[in-house]
Amino acid sequence: MNVIQAPPPRADARPGRPAAATLGLVDVDIHPRAHSHADFKPWLSERWWRYAQEYGPRARHGFTGGQPPFPKAQPLACRRDAWPPGGGTPASDLGFLRSHHLDAHGIDIGVLNPLQPSGQGDRNNGFSAALCHAVNEWQLETWLRPEPRLRGSVVVPYEDAAASAAEIRQRAGDPNFCQVLMMSRTAEPAGNPRYWPIYEAAAEAGLPVAFHAFGYSGWAMTNTGWPSFYIEEVSEHATSCQNQVTSLVVEGVFERLPTLKVVLIECGFAWLPSVAWRLDRHWRHLKGEVPHLRRAPSEYIRDHIWVSTQPMEEPEVGRHLRDVMGWIGWDRILFATDYPHWDFDDPRAAVPGTLPEEVRRDIYGGNARRVYGF
Amino acid sequence: MPTGLGAIDCDVHPMVPAMSALSPYLDEFWRDQVTERGITQLDGQSWPVNTPKTIRADWRDAKGRGASTVAELQTQALGPFGADLAILNPLYGVQMVLNADMAVAFTRALNDWTRAEWLDRDPRLRASIVLPLQDIGAAVEEIERLAPDRRFVQALVLAMGDAPLGKRQFWPVYEALVRHGLPLGVHAGSAYRHPQTSVGWTSWYLEEYVANQQAFQSQLASLVTEGTLGKFPDLKVVLLESGVTWLPAFLWRLGKTWKGVRFEVPWVDRSPAELVRDQVRLSVQPFDAPEDDPGAVQRILDHLRSEDMLLWASDWPHWQFDGNAAVPPGFPEAMLPKLMRDNALATYGRLRGEEGSR
Repeated sequence: MNVIQAPPPRADARPGRPAAATLGLVDVDIHPRAHSHADFKPWLSERWWRYAQEYGPRARHGFTGGQPPFPKAQPLACRRDAWPPGGGTPASDLGFLRSHHLDAHGIDIGVLNPLQPSGQGDRNNGFSAALCHAVNEWQLETWLRPEPRLRGSVVVPYEDAAASAAEIRQRAGDPNFCQVLMMSRTAEPAGNPRYWPIYEAAAEAGLPVAFHAFGYSGWAMTNTGWPSFYIEEVSEHATSCQNQVTSLVVEGVFERLPTLKVVLIECGFAWLPSVAWRLDRHWRHLKGEVPHLRRAPSEYIRDHIWVSTQPMEEPEVGRHLRDVMGWIGWDRILFATDYPHWDFDDPRAAVPGTLPEEVRRDIYGGNARRVYGF
Repeated sequence: MPTGLGAIDCDVHPMVPAMSALSPYLDEFWRDQVTERGITQLDGQSWPVNTPKTIRADWRDAKGRGASTVAELQTQALGPFGADLAILNPLYGVQMVLNADMAVAFTRALNDWTRAEWLDRDPRLRASIVLPLQDIGAAVEEIERLAPDRRFVQALVLAMGDAPLGKRQFWPVYEALVRHGLPLGVHAGSAYRHPQTSVGWTSWYLEEYVANQQAFQSQLASLVTEGTLGKFPDLKVVLLESGVTWLPAFLWRLGKTWKGVRFEVPWVDRSPAELVRDQVRLSVQPFDAPEDDPGAVQRILDHLRSEDMLLWASDWPHWQFDGNAAVPPGFPEAMLPKLMRDNALATYGRLRGEEGSR
């Protein structure tokens, strides 16, 4: 259990920080980006550096060079104003990240979730492990040591659980890293025993495991085949995460690892109560199949799963969101901006002002402090 | 179980006991194929016969099967639940067949079996035309072949097929349905062209069963974004055994994303929630509300912002409830006439005795 230590009360909310963020403003979803693959070269062996040049990352889809199967709504899915004036891609420059985001919004702690090219989900497990390791070293060197407000995620080659566990054990105890990062679209459902060494190592290290919406499983993006549009892909991030929650619960991961914490980042959250209710209801009829579950599925979800805010579902009637947040648990919701992506949530406007102040305070910072032990 | 409302049961499942039952409805070539190649049954993993969910324990016969005769339907569902009408949705594994010719032959036989063995034996029964989507032209022909029999009140496909149902390849089917005043029924279950999740094959049946919830979301996203609902404003889509509580959160997400990137699908000129409220209906077994929070059903009904979308169904012989508690608890009394009957009449033109074409 984490000891919660609130920071001293601050009378001086910095420009941009919401007044309700009296426990600090923690952004659990910032995406740093390398200028190019060459940034990772110092930590890649000659063999894998050459491999990266000649064959490159190969995701479980047909395109190369970082081109996604569903073209984004903006170049690199980024805010138009997030391109650093000095050149380079959004969130590739610490100085601009500081002024454009950390300072401008009064972020006290920002959690880095490096996305592609990170090696995660690559078809070549050896390359995946090598690149993930390099990305972690790059986080330390480029972001975490120079900027004390930032925390890193242990990027793991999750399709190779043994290599992932080794990477986690190497980072255990390093306060620069606050969680283990997986993408939400794994090649098999996340609760499958093939992934258990990852969760065991994370639990042992006291690190939550975050699933960030993204990645390519190699299967169609819906269980009824490939959709056509980017708008559908965005919708399907929620469905893939629903499957992952189901799998983690039904395979008994939480029964096996009672201290494991799972954080769902950029997956939405309004769907979570319905998934829990549906699991409970049908578990009652199918219990005989899963005797390894000793509690109702919803209880595992309530105890082990946290969610981040962005992108927050938008009901036609705003107050309906409060029902859902209450069903999930006010203590389970973590603020995220998704900087520098186009669907960025501004901390000053993202959390509905109609929520009680202590709830907003916990969403902005208190809940993240508890789950990560900041 | 409320009575006296003239209830319409929108989802009951006659079960084909074995392939031999369809033989009389096959032509000589396919009858020969079935015999020579040893095709004894098409039972699918979506509904493994012996699992508790597929047939409620007290509805099983001495051999452990069930739902094989009209008499069972009468004594187990129609009578106890006081239904005036019931819609048969056969779930035999014809959608899994990979040979399109075979699929068309087996599906035609299934529909003819439903007509002869069920519709002809109780005037309260109506049925869905099972569609062989393996061949779109043949699916249209099957609609044309059976639509003149007005006891067929909708067409039936599975929630998990080859491709999302909004795709334009399916539009000839929807043209035919609209022409004949038939809704598109989408029932839980898979044709096994893809794993039950977008992240691969599940280990447990419990996971597989609940994953239907994701399929229904994907199908609605497709029907909205491809412009299918907009193109066919007279088409009603009925989600069967879909669960209900997932729908508001899905629409909130899709609606928000649509606001952000609607330039990608400029033909979607109304919000997804409006389109779905106008054209999509859901059966209420299961409903998937929490069992320990009696107020949650009313909250979900508020989130739906419509009393017209939900259709009562028993889902016989699947195990969704015990005894005669066929209406999920928590519905306000005042909504029951709509839930039990009026919404079904508004959805199924043929139950109102209307002519098919407008």
